[in-house]
Amino acid sequence: MAKSIDVSDLNIYYGDFLAVEGVNMTITARSVTALIGPSGCGKSTFLRTLNRMHEVIPGARVEGKVLVDGQSLYDSAVDPVEVRRMVGMVFQRPNPFPTMSIYENVLAGLRLNNKKLSKSDADAVVEKALRGANLWNEVKDRLTKPGMGLSGGQQQRLCIARAIAVEPQILLMDEPCSALDPISTSAIEDLIHELKEQYTIVIVTHNMQQAARVSEDTAFFNLAGAGKPGRLVEMNPTKKIFSVPDEEATEAYISGRFG
Amino acid sequence: MTDLAPAPTERAARSIKNPRLPQYAPLIALVVAVAASALLGLTLGWGVIPIGIVAAIFYLIGLTTWSRIIENARAATDRLVTSLVWVSLTIALIPLVSLLWKVIDEGKGALNGKFLTYSMRNVIGEPGGIYHAIMGTLLITLAAAVISVPIGLLAAVYLVEYGAHSQLARWIRFLVDVMTGIPSIVAGLFAYALFSLIVGPGTQFGIGGGVALSILMIPIVVRSSEEMLKLVPADLREASYALGVPKWKTILKVVIPTAMAGIITGVTLAIARVIGETAPLLIICGATDSVNLNLFHGQMASLPVFIYGSYTQPGSNPEILKQMAWGAALILILIVMALNILARVLGKLFSPKTGH
Repeated sequence: MAKSIDVSDLNIYYGDFLAVEGVNMTITARSVTALIGPSGCGKSTFLRTLNRMHEVIPGARVEGKVLVDGQSLYDSAVDPVEVRRMVGMVFQRPNPFPTMSIYENVLAGLRLNNKKLSKSDADAVVEKALRGANLWNEVKDRLTKPGMGLSGGQQQRLCIARAIAVEPQILLMDEPCSALDPISTSAIEDLIHELKEQYTIVIVTHNMQQAARVSEDTAFFNLAGAGKPGRLVEMNPTKKIFSVPDEEATEAYISGRFG
Repeated sequence: MTDLAPAPTERAARSIKNPRLPQYAPLIALVVAVAASALLGLTLGWGVIPIGIVAAIFYLIGLTTWSRIIENARAATDRLVTSLVWVSLTIALIPLVSLLWKVIDEGKGALNGKFLTYSMRNVIGEPGGIYHAIMGTLLITLAAAVISVPIGLLAAVYLVEYGAHSQLARWIRFLVDVMTGIPSIVAGLFAYALFSLIVGPGTQFGIGGGVALSILMIPIVVRSSEEMLKLVPADLREASYALGVPKWKTILKVVIPTAMAGIITGVTLAIARVIGETAPLLIICGATDSVNLNLFHGQMASLPVFIYGSYTQPGSNPEILKQMAWGAALILILIVMALNILARVLGKLFSPKTGH
């Protein structure tokens, strides 16, 4: 059920400001692709165009094509709500719904989309998603407790469980570990390894070691200067990027000689 | 590795200990100030209020000077500002406490079973009841809330979720602010004129009062709900959108529940604000001595109008009606207080859980 993504000549604007320019990229199915680059280079902006989340910001628009298994996301007949059901997302800061219990948080995507679930089906979905997110053993005795009562790392895994409970085909992660300690980070990285069996994962990270640890392919974004649009400098298998990158800028960034 | 640390320099050993006033110093200062002021006042024949003012001044000067001598300049400033805050708080509380005291003192004599369960129908020269006015106030306020909460909440949802920075939203915000300043009597006249056109000249009934009060209530509900909805983190909306939840459902199931506690508080404050309105009800609801539970027909009594009427037209036995007016005022305050407690309980029930 995982799907590949083809991006061609993608320009992303905020109002009149061109934020990201001319991205061409192919993301393979059932693999982890890492997006790295300095702050403000448009990694997150680019990631959000993959499930049309950037449209939430007033004035944001794109030119170019994003194809998921051959279907264009920006076709005028496409409903962004359907796109987001197919392409899930995990955010930088854990954001469980504060009014809901752990159980309700996991089911939120299904319940809010009017799926009628029997009690036993719902229980099964919750257990499967929480097991998938490596959280089941920690919370199985307190499913009715509020999601906000968990630790930061647990909340983030709860958000991952919530995202995979709707069974998307692609999972986008926007710096999912930047607010977490090393132990929680390691738990999430293990989870990413397991999830890539079933999902196509795109992850934005500022942590070079993390990119090297979890991803098959790495894309390096950069911007020419303040106020200039960000662009894709290089995309290659992670091993190659971290040993013999094609571009000098990539090597400079990875080895810390950047800027 | 070269040694980058600077050579250690000799620094004068500095004590972090300073002389401090005892913990109960403010209390001593207060007692001394009150005693000195009372002594001075009694010798010169002052009243209570001048004695209080002089005591406050003595306290401020005394404690600050004491602290300046024993402690240091910073501590003295701290004591002065802290004392000023306390004095201001006391001044602010005096009218509130004295008002409550006066109403309870004058009103408690009127309270009894008959007072709460009888109307004033055919009551002459003896104490009656205010059942008709209590029911009128509750019904009219309920009608006002039923009209204004949906309109106000939906307007707030538009302002926060849909309009945001648009020209239309800016105009609505401006007009809502203007509405906040509408004198209540104008709201009453508006309702009176409106129903005179719709139903017939001179119509007076309860629902008209509901409409008049809702004109006063809507702007408060809109602004308080808007502030509460704005406080809901954008993260939660994005989390919901990312699950493929449509916008309207995100608002209904995620945004409003998260803001529910604050919205309820805002609505209660708005109710408390309008429940004591007299002028509009005097015009559009009129006054009656009988129980009328039909909002859509006939004049309807209400507590504020009853209080006003009992004072301005006490009839043949002014003492009795005067006491009943105080009793009605006490009941009105109790209703507002009960609403506030209810709002707190509901707020607790609906507020986001932290898991502790």
